[in-house]
Amino acid sequence: MNFFEFLISRWPTILSLTLEHLFIVFIAMVISVTVGVAVGILITKNQMAARIVLNVTNILMTIPSLALFSLLIPVLGIGKIPAIVGLVAYTQLPIVRNVYTGIMTINPAILEAARGMGLTEKKIMRTIRIPLALPAMMSGIRTATVMGIGIGAIAGYIGAGGLGVYIFQGISRSSDQMVIVGAVLISVISILTDQFLGGVQRKLNR
Amino acid sequence: MIRFENVVKRYPGEATDAVHNLNLEIESGTICMLVGPSGCGKTTTMKMINKLIRPSSGAILIGGRNIDTVDTIELRLSIGYIIQDTGLFPHMTVGENIAVVPGELGWKKDRISSRIDELLDLVDLNPKAFRNKKPNELSGGQKQRVGVARALAGDPPIMLMDEPFGALDPITRARMQDEFLRIQEKIRKTIVFVTHDVEEAIKMGDTIAVLKLGQIVQLSSPMEILSNPSDPFVSELIGGRNSLKMLSLMRCGQIMKTLSPAEVEEARGSPQGILGMKATAQDALSEMLRTGERFIFVEDERHDVVGVLDFENLLERVNRHGITS
Ligand SMILES: Nc1ncnc2c1ncn2[C@@H]1O[C@H](COP(=O)(O)OP(=O)(O)O)[C@@H](O)[C@H]1O
Ligand SMILES: [Mg+2]
Repeated sequence: MNFFEFLISRWPTILSLTLEHLFIVFIAMVISVTVGVAVGILITKNQMAARIVLNVTNILMTIPSLALFSLLIPVLGIGKIPAIVGLVAYTQLPIVRNVYTGIMTINPAILEAARGMGLTEKKIMRTIRIPLALPAMMSGIRTATVMGIGIGAIAGYIGAGGLGVYIFQGISRSSDQMVIVGAVLISVISILTDQFLGGVQRKLNR
Repeated sequence: MIRFENVVKRYPGEATDAVHNLNLEIESGTICMLVGPSGCGKTTTMKMINKLIRPSSGAILIGGRNIDTVDTIELRLSIGYIIQDTGLFPHMTVGENIAVVPGELGWKKDRISSRIDELLDLVDLNPKAFRNKKPNELSGGQKQRVGVARALAGDPPIMLMDEPFGALDPITRARMQDEFLRIQEKIRKTIVFVTHDVEEAIKMGDTIAVLKLGQIVQLSSPMEILSNPSDPFVSELIGGRNSLKMLSLMRCGQIMKTLSPAEVEEARGSPQGILGMKATAQDALSEMLRTGERFIFVEDERHDVVGVLDFENLLERVNRHGITS
């Protein structure tokens, strides 16, 4: 049985695993972006908080993903919930960091003009800092999402489903084709998502 | 009127005052130039007026009111602010940039929109062509024009300008200076203008405050500064050739001898050496050197000769101010 015959014969399973994968990553990214953007904005108000949060998210990302997911099992059990929690934790760093630096690295002349003209700090945040930080924020979201799609494979290991299931089953059954299908589809989804978000980012840059 | 009373500013951790015991009064409707070498405290002095910097001691009064008692945002909305980097908001169009302060002041949409057109006209930018442009589509000079328009948007009585034309090439800078003076004739704002360029101070100022190490060493009119520098520091700052600079402050129309109709008739024969009323005495001297004559004629806007200016006349004018250096 060649690769394409395999793909066609297992089509319904592959499709449902793909959708499941997309679903997990999508939910995780919605939460991650919401939390990450909020945290990134909040910590611009306090240097101490910023240092702590950036260090914590940094550490989170250095934990091997497999270990992070395994550590969540005793707390949250297995299934989609720990998978989503793990993905959220794992993808915080690029989002929080980019939101934070985007907001903090606005040209000082622009901020001085805004203050001198009589805009309040709140207004400056809303009408100057955040709009100008959007391209940087988007770049963080893009990195995080592509990471999330890849790491989402490991969710299969803790019973959350998704294309990771095919990879792990393929390994235990020594089926190269299953591993390849899982890996290739994850790559394709990553590339397409990256392209799409890159387009959005370029639009924001103008 | 803006008044500084014994204002001191010392930045935290510094051994000396950035601004030391400054007393200064700026008349309404005039341009006061703060001039001096880099680091002498010009920007610090200016930014204390709109509370971007708080004085360590002393008081600043605007129209008799201590600015400490005025709400900071309210105060800033009533003061136009222009900086060298323009600080235009890059994500907003020219129109949106100009609309910021009127928006904060709660103006109606229609009023803001017509204000944008009015201001773009004032700074000589075609409203149709420029309203919807983004700042990065503009040249340096055009950006500064928009900066001026934005600062004027809320019709503030006071304008603070920190080396606004400092980053422009000499030709554009001279044009912006001329146009700004033309605008000021119409709008009569109280302007505090920071520059390190003495030529600019002499050209633009009604009064000039020369600063050195955070203190005013001379406060007087441009002519007085040129003819009577208070100390060697000021003389050195002016950098010599004072007589020529004084000539650049005199307008032909002001110092010419008016001619009778008969004399005008006589002058008609000599087409050489004619200048407008607004030309400076420096232009007149240059024209005399070019033509090799000891006089030039002065004409009005309709190109009718109305007066004459001769070399003895220039000599006397300069000497009357008693050059001391
Ligand atoms: N934020 C600051 N902290 C400490 N020193 C400052 C600060 N801003 C300006 N200074 C110092 O105060 C002096 C006056 O600065 P400034 O008003 O910017 O001068 P100018 O505008 O005439 O070049 C300089 O010696 C400068 O180094
Ligand atoms: Mg300065």
